[in-house]
Order: sequence, then C-alpha cells, then structure tokens
Amino acid sequence: MTIGLIDTRCANLASVRFALERAGLDYRTGVAPEELADCDRLILPGVGSARPAMEQLQKSGWAKVLHEDQRPLMGICLGMQLLFSRSAEDEIDCLGLIDGAVEKLPRDAGSVWPHMGWNTLDLQRSDDALVQGIEAGEYVYFVHGFFAPVGPYTVASTTYGAECSAVVRQGHVWGCQFHPERSGAAGAQILKNFAELDA
Amino acid sequence: MLARRIIPCLDVRDGRVVKGVRFRDHEDVGDIVALAARYAKEGADELVFYDIAASARGDTVEPAWISAVSSVIDIPFCVAGGIRSVDDARARLFAGADKISVNSPALETPELIDALAREFGSQCVVLGIDSKTIDGDWRVHQYTGDPAKTQLAGRNTLDWLREGIDRGAGEVVLNCMDQDGVRDGYDIDQLTAARELCPTPLVASGGAGRKDHFKTVFERANVDAALAASVFHKSLIGIGELKSYLIAEGISIRP
Repeated sequence: MTIGLIDTRCANLASVRFALERAGLDYRTGVAPEELADCDRLILPGVGSARPAMEQLQKSGWAKVLHEDQRPLMGICLGMQLLFSRSAEDEIDCLGLIDGAVEKLPRDAGSVWPHMGWNTLDLQRSDDALVQGIEAGEYVYFVHGFFAPVGPYTVASTTYGAECSAVVRQGHVWGCQFHPERSGAAGAQILKNFAELDA
Repeated sequence: MLARRIIPCLDVRDGRVVKGVRFRDHEDVGDIVALAARYAKEGADELVFYDIAASARGDTVEPAWISAVSSVIDIPFCVAGGIRSVDDARARLFAGADKISVNSPALETPELIDALAREFGSQCVVLGIDSKTIDGDWRVHQYTGDPAKTQLAGRNTLDWLREGIDRGAGEVVLNCMDQDGVRDGYDIDQLTAARELCPTPLVASGGAGRKDHFKTVFERANVDAALAASVFHKSLIGIGELKSYLIAEGISIRP
C-alpha cells in the first residue's frame, strides 16, 4: 500500500511526510498525476491560500483527474477546503468533490482570529472508518480562518465561534480540517486509519 | 473548546539549547532534538525555537536541525531567528517548521511581514516582540540575542504590535524583557494592554516561575498561550503537573 502525496508546490509537505514515516507508511510525492499513478490512495495536504493552490491543481492536471479518480483521497486543512464546491477565501470555485461551500470564520469583536490551537472533537458519525479509535472530546491541532459548516458530509466537528466540520466524508473522499500530522497520537491514528480503510 | 497552549521555548545557539537570565549569561541546557522530543512526550502543545544569535550575527537558522526536529515530534513548532526574506522563510517551512517568527528583521523592514503573509498565509507568520519598560513606557528592543548589540528599536510596543497585525502577522509573541528569566510572574499589565489591541492569537513570554503564574496570565491577561523556558529546562515545573494543576483550576487545557 503506497500513499501518493500531492505536491501543490505551495504546501509544506515535510510535516506530513515525517508523520507518514513515523507511522511506518509507504508514500511517494508527486506534482503531476502520472507520477502518482500507481499509488493506492492520495493525500492532498495544504498550507497557504485557496487561489494559488487551486491554480496549481489546475495547471498540474489534478483538478481534472480527481473528478474521475476512485482512489481514497484525503485532504488536510486547506486541502480539505479545496475538496468543496466553493470557498469564500479568494471567492473561487474549488474541486467540487464534496457538495458544500467553505465560509469565513466569524470575526466578532473580542474573538481571536484565526482559529489556532488544540480543540476538541464531537463525533457525528462515529462509525466512519477514519475516526475509529478516536474518542469524543479528543484534542487535535487546528489552524484555519475559513471553515466548512456542519452538513451531511460531517463526520466530526469542533466549535470555534461556529460549528466547524473537523472531519468530512463524501464517498471515497475524506478531509480533515485539523492537522493530523501535528495532532499527537490522535492524528497518527487518523493517518493509520486512512492507510488501512477498505477501499 | 479551544485549549490554552503551553509552549516551551528553546533558545538555540550553535546547535545547542541555551538559556540566560534577562537575555544574558547563557548556559547550555541540552541537545535540540532530545529536548524537543522530551517536551512533545510530556504534553507540550507547541514548541518555539529561537536562534538567538542569528539576527545579531546577520545569518540565518539552519534547516538541517529543523528537519531533525520535525521528523521526531508530532506537535506544531515555530522557528525564529534571522529570517530576512521570503526565501529564508520558505527554506524553514519546507524543512518541516509549521510557523516562522520574525523579530529584528521585521523592525528593519516592516514590509517583510506583508511579503511573508502574502506568500505563506498569515497562519504561519508570527511576530515576535521584545519589549522593555523605559521611562514608564513599553518600548521595542532589537538584536536581543546579543547583549552587546541589543538596542532600542525606536518604536512603542503597542503601536508596533498593531502595525504587525495590520501587515498580516497571524500571531504575536510578546516577550516582556523586564521579567525574562527572573521567574517572578508574567507582565500582566503589559499583556492585558496588548490583548485589548490584538485580534490574533497572543502568546505571553517572560517571567514564568510558578504554576500559578500560568493560571494568572490566562485568567487576567486572557492570552491564548503561555511560553516559558527555564522552568521547563531546569525541571522546576513538569509540563504534566502544570497541566493537571491548570485543569483543576478550571482553565481549558489539553491533558
């Protein structure tokens, strides 16, 4: 089982690569779809902002390929937000693999923006393969200023000014708003679950 | 509920972790990777590494040790010290750092903050401010890694904090130099004033000596995180026991 790590050239791949190595998982990185053609599943990491990342995915051909691809796919942080139809960040159309839109976290007077730090998970769909071994109330590490509201795709959520999707799934496509690669033992469990889920 | 963060700070010089009192008289306290791994295991929420001499020397932090740290720990970490350009920042982020922190170079060229935020997003751009009371006013200092070169930056601390955020910093670490290394408690007045102006996460630094200092800074200054060095390096306070205490005191903390 080999995980393909999609390199959008604007994301920090190192921390995800190291996390996969700590978990003993085989992976390969690649910019173009053909470089990861023989991988069994895909991770779309993400740091940075929506527009440059989407432009890169279009340029590299991933935006088109992912529409046909049936391999399990997991987006992380911005990578999760790009799975949705649209994002309020830069007001752009995204990959459209999950039906929903990403919004800006409310920036109320007195509240701190962005959402940065360890927050707890509520489980909406505790039977989902990605969250096996994860308890409600588990802390994971978030850094984001935009969010996917809770919807039919929500597996787990967290609260920060709004109810935010923390883990999402639609079909063979999953996403984590938090950073599993920086979320201690709980994050490592989620990466392991993704590697082991039945495809 | 979002937890308040406990952040051990590792001052790095020549590949080792060091700690001084009031930014002076540094002593060696250990190996970078070994200390990072120990703190992550003990429950630290995040780590900050300052190459304290880099800004004053005019060179930059070494990505090699950043990769070494990133490969062993599973919590986020920030690196600081001598980051003068987008390329310097990229090298550190691509080596595995989650955030980069700028201090003296941002005072020399404030536009650096705008450039970093544009390139990498505000979420990984931290503004470090070293502040000391001068004639009853809080004033920014720069080149604090080298006592011989430390100087006033010609800026008022709160004005600089506000400007840094307007330019795109996503987090502020306010190091109150009067308290640094003295273990007499955080500068509640200064941090409270900063909190009122700071719409992004604010990290308190300088003065932690006892467990109740952390409780006080969270309750009174409402900071998002508290950073400390010597109390952790010298094992005066264990991170586990500190967190148990804060949870018992009703502070939102990740166990």
